Amino acid sequence: MALKTETMILNMGPQHPSTHGVLRLELELDGELIVNVKPHIGYLHRCFEKHAEAMSYPQVIPYTDRMDYLASMYNNFGYVIAVEKLLGIQVPERVEYIRVIMGELQRIASHLVAIGTNGLDIGAFTPFLYLFRDREKILSLFEMTCGARLLYNYMWVGGLSHDIHPDFVRLTKEFINYFRPTITELNNLLTFNKIFIERTANIGVLPLDTAINYGVTGPSLRGSGLAFDIRKEDTYSIYDRFDFEIPVGQGLVGTVGDSWDRYYVRILEMEQSLRIIEQAIDQIPDGDVKAAIPKRIKPPKGTVYTRVENPRGELGYFIISDGNLNPFRVKVRAPSFVNLEVFGELCKGHLVADVIAILGSIDIVLGEVDR
Amino acid sequence: MKNPEEIFELLKKEFPEAILGIDKEAPTEPIILIDPPQIKTISLFLRDNPELRFDSLMVLSGVDDANGTKVKDEDGTDVISGGTLSVYYHLHSVYLKHKITLKVSTPRGNPQVESVYNVWRTSDWHEREAFDMYGIIFLNHPDLRRILMPYDWNAGYPLRKDYKNPEFYQGMKVPY
Amino acid sequence: MGLLDKEFSDGNVVIAKVDDLFNWARLSSVWQLGFGLACCAIEMMATSASHYDFDRFGVIPRNTPRQADAIIISGTVTLKMATRIKRLYEQIPDPKYIISMGSCANCGGPYWEHGYHVLKGIDRVIPVDVYVPGCPPRPEALLEGLLKLQEKIRNESLRKKTV
Ligand code: SF4
Repeated sequence: MALKTETMILNMGPQHPSTHGVLRLELELDGELIVNVKPHIGYLHRCFEKHAEAMSYPQVIPYTDRMDYLASMYNNFGYVIAVEKLLGIQVPERVEYIRVIMGELQRIASHLVAIGTNGLDIGAFTPFLYLFRDREKILSLFEMTCGARLLYNYMWVGGLSHDIHPDFVRLTKEFINYFRPTITELNNLLTFNKIFIERTANIGVLPLDTAINYGVTGPSLRGSGLAFDIRKEDTYSIYDRFDFEIPVGQGLVGTVGDSWDRYYVRILEMEQSLRIIEQAIDQIPDGDVKAAIPKRIKPPKGTVYTRVENPRGELGYFIISDGNLNPFRVKVRAPSFVNLEVFGELCKGHLVADVIAILGSIDIVLGEVDR
Repeated sequence: MKNPEEIFELLKKEFPEAILGIDKEAPTEPIILIDPPQIKTISLFLRDNPELRFDSLMVLSGVDDANGTKVKDEDGTDVISGGTLSVYYHLHSVYLKHKITLKVSTPRGNPQVESVYNVWRTSDWHEREAFDMYGIIFLNHPDLRRILMPYDWNAGYPLRKDYKNPEFYQGMKVPY
Repeated sequence: MGLLDKEFSDGNVVIAKVDDLFNWARLSSVWQLGFGLACCAIEMMATSASHYDFDRFGVIPRNTPRQADAIIISGTVTLKMATRIKRLYEQIPDPKYIISMGSCANCGGPYWEHGYHVLKGIDRVIPVDVYVPGCPPRPEALLEGLLKLQEKIRNESLRKKTV
C-alpha cells in the first residue's frame, strides 16, 4: 500500500529579510522541493493611480518618484515623456542630454543595489558594502544637482527643476574613471566566485517563449537571450544618437536564462551605461533647461501610452486626458509587477533555499509592484 | 510591420460583427473597439496569425469612463449610475515590432469581459487588478480574487470615480 | 579590549548604579528588527551599509522579533500591513522601542489625503518612542533619532515604582 503524503504550506514574509520589502510568498513544499508558489502582494499599495487622478499633471511627478524608489529618475523620465507627447512639445537639447545622463547614472545605482542585495541574500556580505559605497558616489552627484538623495522630483514637464552644477561634468568623469575598475573588482569578488556560481547557475531557468508570454522585460528577458531593449526597439529621447550594445545572457556558466545570466546581464549593462554617459557628457550643449510651456498644463483630450527602459524593464505610462488640469486616468505598467508574475513558474522543482536566489535575480521593487 | 489601420482592416474582414469601430483622434493613438464577449477569440487570432504575431500584452488597464448620470445620495456625494467601464489592451509584437490598442466597454451595472488569461499570461494579475480596482468581472479567469487590497475589503472598488472610503477597517481609522 | 587594554596593573572594581550600568548596556546594543517597508527602508539600508555605519552604535539587524529590541518603521504602513506590524510588535519581548522613520510612518506623509489604503500614522496601531521626520529622512537624521532613543533609554529606571 502506498503511503499517503501531504504537501506542506510554508509562509514566507511579509517580514522576511530577503523578500526585498513586503512581499508574502506562500510556498507549497514536498519535503524540500517546491511544488507551487503563490505570491501575495499589496502590502505596499499606496494608491498611486488615485493620487494621479486627484493631482494636476506636474504634481504627479513626486508620486512617480515613490513608485520605484530605486530608480526615481527613470520614473520621472517616463512620466514627463508621456505628458510631453500628449502636449506635443519639444524640450531643449540640453535637457535631453542631462536627462539621459541622469537616467543612466540611475540605472547604475539601481543595478548596484540589485546586485548587492542578490549577493547579500545568498550570503555574500562584503560585496554589498562595497557596492553601497559606490552607490553613495552616484547619490552625491544627484544630491549636488537637485538636493535629494533618493527621491528627486528632478525632471519636470518641459524641462528640469535645476540646471546641473558647474562641477557636475568633472565629477561625473571622475566617477566613470573610478567606477570602471571596480566592476572588475566586483567580478573577481562575486560574479565568478565559485560559491555564488553554485548557488545561481542552472537555477530558475526562464525559457524565452515563457518569458515573452508572461510579458517579462528588462534584464530578466535579456538574460533569456533576446536582445530586446526599448532604448533601441522603440527609441525615445535621444538614445538613437549613442553607440551602445545590448548584453544578453549566454549561459556562460550554466543554461541560458538562469539566475546567474540575469545577474550578469546587469553587470554588463552597467558598462554600457558608462559608455552612454561618456558619449553624452562631452556633448551637452549650452542653453536653457526649461521649454516654453504654459504655467497651467492642460493637455488636449486624448490618450497616450509611452514606454521607457527602466532598470527593471519596460515602464509604461498610459494616460487618458479629458482636457482638464488633472489626468483622467494614469495607469502604470510597472516592470516589477509583470516580472514577478513569472516567479512561481521559475521556482517549481527547486529547493527552498533557491527561492531567494531566484527572487534576487529578478530584482523587484515592491513599491512598484503594489504602486 | 503593419500600421493600426491595416490591422483594423484585417480584423474587420475576419470578424465583421465583433469589431465595432476605430477611434483615431489626435493625439490619441488609434484604438480599435471590440465587443466584450469576443475579445478572447480576437486575441487568439491576433496572437496566432503569422502576419500579426502579437505575442506580448504590454498592459491591460481598467478605466472608469464616468459617463453615466450623476445622482446625489443622502450624504451629498455623487453616485454614478449607468454608463460604462472600459478595458484597454496594449499589444505589441516582439518579432514584428508593431503595436495596437484594443478597447472594450461594458455596462457599469454588470461589467463582464471575457478573460484573455489563456492567450497572454501577463493578463493574469492585470485582470485581477482591474477586478480589484473597478469590479470588472473577467469571465473564465481561473483565480479572480482581490490582489492589492486586503482579501476581506468590502467597501467597494477604490478606483471608481464615485468610490467612498470607509471610516474604519478592522478597528483602524482610515481617513486622516 | 581597545582603549583600556593592559592599562590596569591590578584587578579592579567599578562601582556604578544599577540603573546606569543596565541602561548603558541596553543602549549600546539596540538590535533592530531587520525589516523594511518602503522608500525609507532604502535609506535605512544605506545607514547600515558603509559610509554611515549603523553598526558603530551597536545597531544590528536581527531577523526575528524574538531577539530584537527595537523596530524602525521605515516607510508607508498600509492597512493590509498594519495588522502584521502589530503582530510583530507583540512578538518582541519587553523592553521594546519603536522609531517611526519618515513622514509616512509619522502621519501618512504624501498619502495623507487620497491614500485610501494607507494608515495615517503608525501610532494609531502601536506606541512610538521617536519620530524622525523627512521624506525620506537623511541617514544623519536617522542616526540622530537613534541618539534620541539612547537618551531616552539612559534616563529610564529599573526600580519598582513606589507610591
Ligand atoms: S516618508 Fe517619503 S520616503 Fe519615506 S516611505 Fe514615505 S514616501 Fe517614502
